[in-house]
Amino acid sequence: MNTVTAELAVSAPRRLGRFRELRILLVVLAFGIGMEVYTIWQPGMDTEFLSGPTINTILLYLASYAIMACGMTVLLVSGGFDLSVGSVAALASMVAAILMKGQAHLAWPLAFLIGLATGAAVGLANGLIVARLGINPFITTLGTMLIARGLTYIVSGGTGRSGFPDAFHYLGAGKFLGIQLPIVISLALVFVFDFLLRKSRFFRQNYYVGGNEQAAWLSGIAVNRIKVFNYCLSGTLAALAGLLFSARLNAAAPNFGDGDELKVITAVIVGGASLAGGRGTVLGAFLGCVLLAMIRPAITFLQIQDNWEKFIIGAILIGAVLVDRIGRRK
Amino acid sequence: MQYVDTSRNSRQVTLQVNGLCKRFGVVQALNMVSVGIHAGEVHALVGENGAGKSTLINILTGALAPDAGEILLAGKRVAFRNAREAARAGIAAVFQELSLVGALSVAENIFANRQPVNPIGFIHWDELHRRTRELLRMFDVGIDPEALVERLSIAQQQVVEILKALAANPCVLLLDEPTSSLTHRETEILFDLIRRLRAQGEAIVYVSHHLPEVLELADRVTVLRDGYRVATRPRREVTEADLIRLMVGRELRDIYGERATVRRDGEPRLRVQGLARPGVFEEIGFDVYPGEILGVAGLVGAGRTEVGRALFGSEPAARGVILLDGNPIWPRRPDEAMRFGIAYVTEDRKAQGLFLRHAIRDNLVAPRLERFRGWAGWMRDTKIDGYASALRQDFNVVAPDVYQEVGRLSGGNQQKVLLAGWMGCRPRVLIADEPTRGVDVGARMEIYQHLRGLALRGAAIVLISSDLQEILGMSDRLLVMRGGRIAARFAREAATEETIIAAALGTTAAGGLA
Repeated sequence: MNTVTAELAVSAPRRLGRFRELRILLVVLAFGIGMEVYTIWQPGMDTEFLSGPTINTILLYLASYAIMACGMTVLLVSGGFDLSVGSVAALASMVAAILMKGQAHLAWPLAFLIGLATGAAVGLANGLIVARLGINPFITTLGTMLIARGLTYIVSGGTGRSGFPDAFHYLGAGKFLGIQLPIVISLALVFVFDFLLRKSRFFRQNYYVGGNEQAAWLSGIAVNRIKVFNYCLSGTLAALAGLLFSARLNAAAPNFGDGDELKVITAVIVGGASLAGGRGTVLGAFLGCVLLAMIRPAITFLQIQDNWEKFIIGAILIGAVLVDRIGRRK
Repeated sequence: MQYVDTSRNSRQVTLQVNGLCKRFGVVQALNMVSVGIHAGEVHALVGENGAGKSTLINILTGALAPDAGEILLAGKRVAFRNAREAARAGIAAVFQELSLVGALSVAENIFANRQPVNPIGFIHWDELHRRTRELLRMFDVGIDPEALVERLSIAQQQVVEILKALAANPCVLLLDEPTSSLTHRETEILFDLIRRLRAQGEAIVYVSHHLPEVLELADRVTVLRDGYRVATRPRREVTEADLIRLMVGRELRDIYGERATVRRDGEPRLRVQGLARPGVFEEIGFDVYPGEILGVAGLVGAGRTEVGRALFGSEPAARGVILLDGNPIWPRRPDEAMRFGIAYVTEDRKAQGLFLRHAIRDNLVAPRLERFRGWAGWMRDTKIDGYASALRQDFNVVAPDVYQEVGRLSGGNQQKVLLAGWMGCRPRVLIADEPTRGVDVGARMEIYQHLRGLALRGAAIVLISSDLQEILGMSDRLLVMRGGRIAARFAREAATEETIIAAALGTTAAGGLA
């Protein structure tokens, strides 16, 4: 049977192929170093690109996106999709803000938890509609995106809130080991969810669900439960992102997070996930966030018009998917 | 938790079904069907489309509940409410469609959701890979457990799919047309695996349209026809002719029909010279005369489909000459080729041929919408209805009317719709790529008749096929491709299955006259 064995042997370079994030990591590094070199050599430039303040700005800017991206990656891997995250972030922070500021005057931890629960509830609704009623995730979350945004305006009366308790503000503005808390929290979450999606059997199930739902079910995976869980997770993380954002600004506004869903989905796909499901990692998604977050400061340094940001992000999205496709071809 | 039972022999189990009945509306899909599958046998299930094979398989795998009858597994009566329960009871099925996740490794696919874990739910990778290696070694398969499935060939994926089914340690394995996308050589590899499973006491149900395969592999053959079990015979007691007779209920001397004489004294309808696309095919040259059927044999990947697509303009060649009735043409897109009267029937009807969610009617007119365009670009619906109904009747597509969704038809009827749409264009050259793949004998016969009829009306037909008997039965002349080149040309009388295979594999310096 030696011939059979020989014929079935795989010669593909597997180790390298396993580390999918390598490509985007290299792009991020090349981008960063390229900008660094530019800022050093360019006369009249007083700050470097890879300096503490710039890196801090980038990480702070992407913190809420990175947190949402954790949930979004899990969802995309399982073949799902969540457009409601931006609205949920706004709704959750507004609910917490009203509870802290209004007549209720709730203690901030309680308001914070209720904010998270709001996100989980919208996620639960998404999950139940998608899994139980079988309505397409795009339609479902487009609907809940509008509903959550509408609710935010309704409960807030269309006006913002500001001036929260110091302890709450500290969540967004405080520092841990000299690093602002939202950065610490987002990096910790990225680390945890990347680890879970790689190593834990429970999270690993998502690859099967996204790869082939019927086969996953036949393998004993409770497909519907996973889906509902994923939407809850996505909703909760979106709420957390919104709460941290408003804690940092010490304000909540009904238009917070408008359009964030598309930025997050873009970053996750740039990071290697597919709308078709079955592939993607949290680390890749995080690197996608980093790449997109670097564009705005880069534009400032290069003194290009702001409006190029969207143009560049769109080009990166299509380019990333194209490169990925070419790379996968034999 | 138990993963792979290496002492497989200890669980030899017989599957017995008694008096199974299933009715869909007015159709009695299964009628008092009883059949027993022994441990350690390959039991083939054959029958035309609609004979009840799929219904039986669906009942055994829990996808359908029978109206009456019982299933006994190891003598115990079982009833499955869904596919998962059947899987738990030890019945595993491998269907034509693969169920693998491309971005995951071989090991993770085989042990889908049964990965070994530590107490807090994290996967034990070394253990997973060790178990996979053990399983792969048990079946003497040299695939790397850590390779990503999307990097494997279809045959390797098919093997992984079967190992995945086996990793659940089933006692009954159902294989539904497992070779439909495999080459000759890959089929051999698969058969080798199946034989080893048989030796280990697995009860195997093998469903296939491909009778030579069935006869090569099976120990016993059960024939279904119109929902009845018409026979269960030991392999040694049946011939292919017997099986065909049992399947269709009539004698089939020559399903390929009468050959007409081809006049080769005039201008060839299609002449191809030096056609090449570097890296894909080179130096392709042949003539096809009006009324002639030119067979193109060869292994999958030999470049046959690519040549067909080049002639049709869907992937044009880099250089060469194409003469149609003596005039040079160079179609760069399918619509250009169609204007020259060239039609191409794809080998992959589901992915490339049909609009599965649309009506028969819409599929039939798709290749010639131009003809039904009326005033200001509006479609002439009544004309289309008439045209489509006539074609449907002509090709005997079994459906109540032309408004049925094509995706709901059987494979044979889908193929007839595809072919009818292109033949309705009255092509001067028809390139038919695997026109009877996955199609039962009855529908095949009808397809052959239509191909003959088209040739008789003066069209030139290029028949690309992996079915050697079909190629031999239909072609007036044939050529064999290997590695993108024409390896041999044969006049029909000079070709045999052996010489074609030899030329396709390159085992001898096979050659012939043309």
